[in-house]
Amino acid sequence: MRLSDRARTLPESGIRKFFELAEARDDVISLGVGEPDFSAPWTARTAAIDSLERGKTSYTANRGMAALRERIADHHERYDQSYAPESEILVTTGASEAVDLAFRALVDPGDTVAVHEPTYISYGPGIELAGGEQLTVPTRSADDFALTRESLEAAGAAEADLLVLCYPNNPTGATMTDEEYAEVAAFCREEDLRVIADEIYAALTYGADHASIATQPGMRERTVVVNGFSKAYAMTGLRLGYALGPAEAIDAMNRIHQYTMLSAPTTPQYAAIEALDRCDDEVTEMVEEYNRRRRLVVSRFNEMGLDTFEPGGAFYAFPECGGDDEAFAEALLEAQGVAVVPGSVFGDGGEGHLRVSYATSMRELKEATDRIAAFVEGR
Amino acid sequence: MDAEREVLDVLARNAREDIDDIAAQTGLDAAAVADAIDALEADGVVHGYQAVVDWDRVDEGKIRAVVEINVELDRETGYEQVADRIAKFPAVDALHLVSGDYDFAVEVLGENMQDVSEFISEQVAPMPAVTQTVTHYIMETYKDGGIRFEDGDDDDRLSVSP
Repeated sequence: MRLSDRARTLPESGIRKFFELAEARDDVISLGVGEPDFSAPWTARTAAIDSLERGKTSYTANRGMAALRERIADHHERYDQSYAPESEILVTTGASEAVDLAFRALVDPGDTVAVHEPTYISYGPGIELAGGEQLTVPTRSADDFALTRESLEAAGAAEADLLVLCYPNNPTGATMTDEEYAEVAAFCREEDLRVIADEIYAALTYGADHASIATQPGMRERTVVVNGFSKAYAMTGLRLGYALGPAEAIDAMNRIHQYTMLSAPTTPQYAAIEALDRCDDEVTEMVEEYNRRRRLVVSRFNEMGLDTFEPGGAFYAFPECGGDDEAFAEALLEAQGVAVVPGSVFGDGGEGHLRVSYATSMRELKEATDRIAAFVEGR
Repeated sequence: MDAEREVLDVLARNAREDIDDIAAQTGLDAAAVADAIDALEADGVVHGYQAVVDWDRVDEGKIRAVVEINVELDRETGYEQVADRIAKFPAVDALHLVSGDYDFAVEVLGENMQDVSEFISEQVAPMPAVTQTVTHYIMETYKDGGIRFEDGDDDDRLSVSP
């Protein structure tokens, strides 16, 4: 069948190759997984089951169940983010749909969208599908991969129409402080940039509270915040996310959403209501466990001589492996059966690093880091 | 969170963690971890370290029973005195004073059912304060010490994902 140019030219994800290499072996410990190793809290799962038993299998409102949007609004008060449930919140099929809708609602053909890298791999293709062009803004290990005004200026982001932010960051685990955001926000106001802030890892921060650019002066009206249930509540497969933003942006996104998705899946919305009502303690426990693993992993990598900055969020460490990260990751998999993802998969600035996910059990983390240490020793 | 609490949280999940690993996980130094463990033990917060055992999987394993005990107290005999006498038996694995229909919930470990029933009828029931016992043999254990007793690893995530 003849395919569209758009589909044909969309590149294969760089992660695919490592997936295939890792899947080909059965003795692999994987530190390459971008999702929690926990299951969704049981009470949230029972709420989903109950809803099915009660026959709740019809569509919901386009924007998502009102009861869920109200709870999302309440929940975000903890980040000093205030959004009206009836007009400023849209529930989506995963945060991925929210990101896609934001691009389609905010990007005109030929628009330039600045994206800091290394970062999550879906923004570039999303921008391309919306007809925009990506402008890469490299972040530096010297800044612990935080985005700075200097980086934006050096990359020529003043000419961009839109900026995508992803903090806490996948793959680096980097976070941004309010002070760091203040600089970026000033740049956005001066250069009239709108912002899509993917904050899917907001609940997973260690030591400091999550900060958001949307709470900076003058930024709420030019920012769409994306979040969801996948990472905080270990609900990746239930595919439920949402967008928060000014009513005109959410209206525009909903206009596309009503034709392309109609509504987010119903069953997970029941699970999400329960998650927001009753699962704070379980999230806290997961965060504490991630934090213990984070400290262990970071200290082990530093001990074995692979310099690793202290990541403030998500569940990734980003050690420096020096030189060709792809060759390192392939050789490590071959020699020791440990899968990590080469940093260069995540764009400029990722080369010479490895993304190490600590969303795996402490036992496996110890075994995997022992094996990596043996590999480094033997090189 | 203070150091002792951080160390306790790690030990409560896995008492076999060594001091260096606890230090790495908590961000404390090894000496501070050792001090915290000493303090937890000295203060009677941590009383010991045991394996969580599924005795059903052990040849010549053990049988466990939960025994409800009702007692009658008098001027000389309070709960403390009765508890002290019951707790002295090595077969008593756990002993709790509980609210509700009975006074003590006792977990008893024995070689077999006969062993446990002899212990209850010959040692516990005749005690002067004890007025009634009800023994529930544990048929199957699904979860103990916060750990599910089930087979294998059901991690069905993709091995590498973005």
